[in-house]
Amino acid sequence: MTAIRTQVVPESGVKTALPALEPLLSEIHQAGRAGRHVRGGEDADALIPKEFRRRASLDLPEISEPQVVRHFTHLAQLNYAVDTGMYPLGSCTMKYNPKVNDRIASLAGFADIHPRQDDDTIQGALRLLFELEQLLVKLTGMDAATLQPAAGAHAEFTALLVFKAYHSKRGDGAKRHRVIVPDTAHGTNPASAAMCGFEVTTVKSDANGNIDLASLKAALGDDVVGLMLTNPNTLGLFEELGFDCIHINVHKTFSTPHGAGGPGAGPLCVKAKLEPFLPHPRIIRDTDGSYRRGPMPPDSIGRVRSFFGNFGVLVRAYTYMRTLGEEGLAEASNDAILAANYLLAQLRDSYDVAFDRPCMHEFVLSASRQRRQGVSALDVAKALIDEGFHPPTVYFPLVVPESLMIEPTETEPRETLDAFAAAMIRIAERAKTDSASVKAAPLHAPLARLDEVSAARYPKLKWQRPT
Amino acid sequence: MTNSNPYSPHTDADRAAMLKRVGIKTVDELLTAIPKDALRPKLGLPGGMAEIEVQTHLEALAAQNRPAGAGPFFIGGPVQRRYIPAAVPVLALRGEFLTAYTPYQPEVSQGTLQAVFEYQSLMSEVLAMDVVNSSMYDGSTAVAEAAFMAVRATGRKKVVVAREVFYQFRHTLRTYARGPGLEVLEVPTRDLVANAEGAACLIVQHPDSFGALVDVRPIAQAAHAAGGLCVQVTEPHANALLEPPGALGVDIAVGEGQPLGIPMSLGGPHLGIFAAREALVRQMPGRLVGETKDARGTRGFVNTLQTREQHIRREKATSNICTNEALAAITAATYLALMGPTGLRAAARTGVAKAHALAARLAAIPGCAIALDGPFFDRFQLRTPLPGRDLKHALAKVNVLVDDGLHHEERDGIVIQCTEMTSDSDADALVSAVERITAGAREAVTAR
Repeated sequence: MTAIRTQVVPESGVKTALPALEPLLSEIHQAGRAGRHVRGGEDADALIPKEFRRRASLDLPEISEPQVVRHFTHLAQLNYAVDTGMYPLGSCTMKYNPKVNDRIASLAGFADIHPRQDDDTIQGALRLLFELEQLLVKLTGMDAATLQPAAGAHAEFTALLVFKAYHSKRGDGAKRHRVIVPDTAHGTNPASAAMCGFEVTTVKSDANGNIDLASLKAALGDDVVGLMLTNPNTLGLFEELGFDCIHINVHKTFSTPHGAGGPGAGPLCVKAKLEPFLPHPRIIRDTDGSYRRGPMPPDSIGRVRSFFGNFGVLVRAYTYMRTLGEEGLAEASNDAILAANYLLAQLRDSYDVAFDRPCMHEFVLSASRQRRQGVSALDVAKALIDEGFHPPTVYFPLVVPESLMIEPTETEPRETLDAFAAAMIRIAERAKTDSASVKAAPLHAPLARLDEVSAARYPKLKWQRPT
Repeated sequence: MTNSNPYSPHTDADRAAMLKRVGIKTVDELLTAIPKDALRPKLGLPGGMAEIEVQTHLEALAAQNRPAGAGPFFIGGPVQRRYIPAAVPVLALRGEFLTAYTPYQPEVSQGTLQAVFEYQSLMSEVLAMDVVNSSMYDGSTAVAEAAFMAVRATGRKKVVVAREVFYQFRHTLRTYARGPGLEVLEVPTRDLVANAEGAACLIVQHPDSFGALVDVRPIAQAAHAAGGLCVQVTEPHANALLEPPGALGVDIAVGEGQPLGIPMSLGGPHLGIFAAREALVRQMPGRLVGETKDARGTRGFVNTLQTREQHIRREKATSNICTNEALAAITAATYLALMGPTGLRAAARTGVAKAHALAARLAAIPGCAIALDGPFFDRFQLRTPLPGRDLKHALAKVNVLVDDGLHHEERDGIVIQCTEMTSDSDADALVSAVERITAGAREAVTAR
């Protein structure tokens, strides 16, 4: 049971209903309430020698199924999600996640298969993966792909290991120890380089938001392992380059759901010269048309995870690509670029534009003007929550002060884009006239702003045991 | 023009209005940064399909796979066929969880944050460990991250791993170790203690990849005596019956969390379990959710200790992990909440009971023997008169699926995993098939 909560909006005195919060599972617990989903095996304890048996208590909460269902349903209702509204989180590509993809991924023929089954019992799955590799290779203009990386950062780490193996094979692995990343790069880029034992050289962006070519040239040398770039870059701008290796986050581009932070999948596509180094196992199509997992190639970097990828995610990506086809994918990109520029056009008078040129699928505004009025990018973000929208990405990329990174995607209707723009403009107006009200936001979310400083200073990372 | 993207809400009138507002005639006017010869290439991808067509096409592909439930099934290891309560997918796949992003805005992400906090709490209780993070990619990368963490904590560059750790985990560790150039030494479990000197950590698996129970305490003591850490690879259900890592002196506990209500899905997406002692919390990789209060004093949850993470610390972060397996952690939380201590124990016990009953029957077949010296849990290795690989293939021909040796250089045989899903008729089918096949093999040898 949850109490109805209200709060009084300070400036107007209006009483507002707030969504009810949920107690913790440990607070719902009552001894003797556990469900009966599985039973049996009562005589098994005798099969385990005494010295191995659990003596520590196992105080998991005991809760009936109806209570568990309500608990997690209520928790779900406290979340903002693509299914509930526009989620213009820049660099995250929160487009609609088609439901048919989820249904297909849960078919028994896909969900109930074990990765240690023999190849001849999983031919359909291997074919799907092989075809997905081909689709991605064609799409990126590369020569080969691995579907194994579980996420973008995992793909970066895999790519750098591939680079390392490539340089070692050529005999200059020892001297190459620096990775170049632009200052606009996502934090995973330098972190992945560090995990590979490399030094990071950061290169500045120019006035147009591109990597500064003079700085880049100055940074190059025969001790460089590689260059990591996002394209279109994290400012939403396109850079012209020739890549040896490209990774794609299917949980962005190819509509697979983000799952509250993951799972994702980050297939890696490479040019032929890097193919021998890709992770094991690779999927091979035999001359008779059957598929199998190949043996470990001599130059492969090896295994980067237990099995060959977040299959359930990859099934969704494949389904999406087959649904849209070439024309649909091109149209999606077209619409995403148009939607971003359409929003930019509506917002450019109310906020500073970081780089004033046509953007690709996303763009970066700066709340510097609002900052001078006492309202930060974070305040704008929180005020958007009260307007019914998920905030954009704030304070990334780091090169733009008070940045608000906005990515509307191709799946938001024009009226939603208009409503979002109107909300952003209203907030900009309030920043001029009533900055205190913006700083007080959110007033209508389940919670007001949270104290992150105390959370870090006195970490409380689990509940107390149920009593 | 009709939409080629069925998920597009844009009519041609919408697009025209948007172009007009931007002040252009076509989107190409926005693409001046792209060289002309690189613009709108023909990629040779197939054309689109209607939903009904794509459903039919993928159902046909799915039908070419043999699901675990389509006959006797004894493959296991890190990925296990476990019973998934009906409510688990109903809850975990709700759109509000499934289609949310990482909870960067806690005011509108309390569902995710509290559910992950509950996962951390539940898993901490199962493992008797102080702190559990909100997930790694899978069991193998959790092992690799544990080794990296031990290296950070001790300043040493050698890790020693037992050969009876799942081979997938050992192989992934080897790959990861190439990054910073760590030395990885693989030794039999019984030799871990003798190799503690100079090691950042000893990595032991209990129950091990063949199902054997391992006395972890002396290994942890040896690691500590030599100034290193002890990492235990564990399995969630085993902890319902076995003394958990936190009670064995272990510093970091890792494992594959898939058996907690997550479909096998050919190996992913799964759940990397990662737990540590409190003293090591600031060395941990990955996200942590912590409890706090909001401005009105109401309890709430946030991502915390973020100065460990890549978005703040960049190259000085404890790991590069960003996107993780949060939905799998939430799934595990719903599973543990539904099963409770009684359900978790019942599932674990059933696997143990069935494995022991089956082991006794198989060991009674002439030429077959359990290839373990000591006690085991819910899987075991069977030494057979013919090579494990041959027996596995012969069994597959009669639709009985088992695993062969787990890439352990010195041991051959088949490995049998039991869970609460193992039925009596599955067990009967396995026993009679092994009897028949091994009898045939013995006759062939005699005839020769």
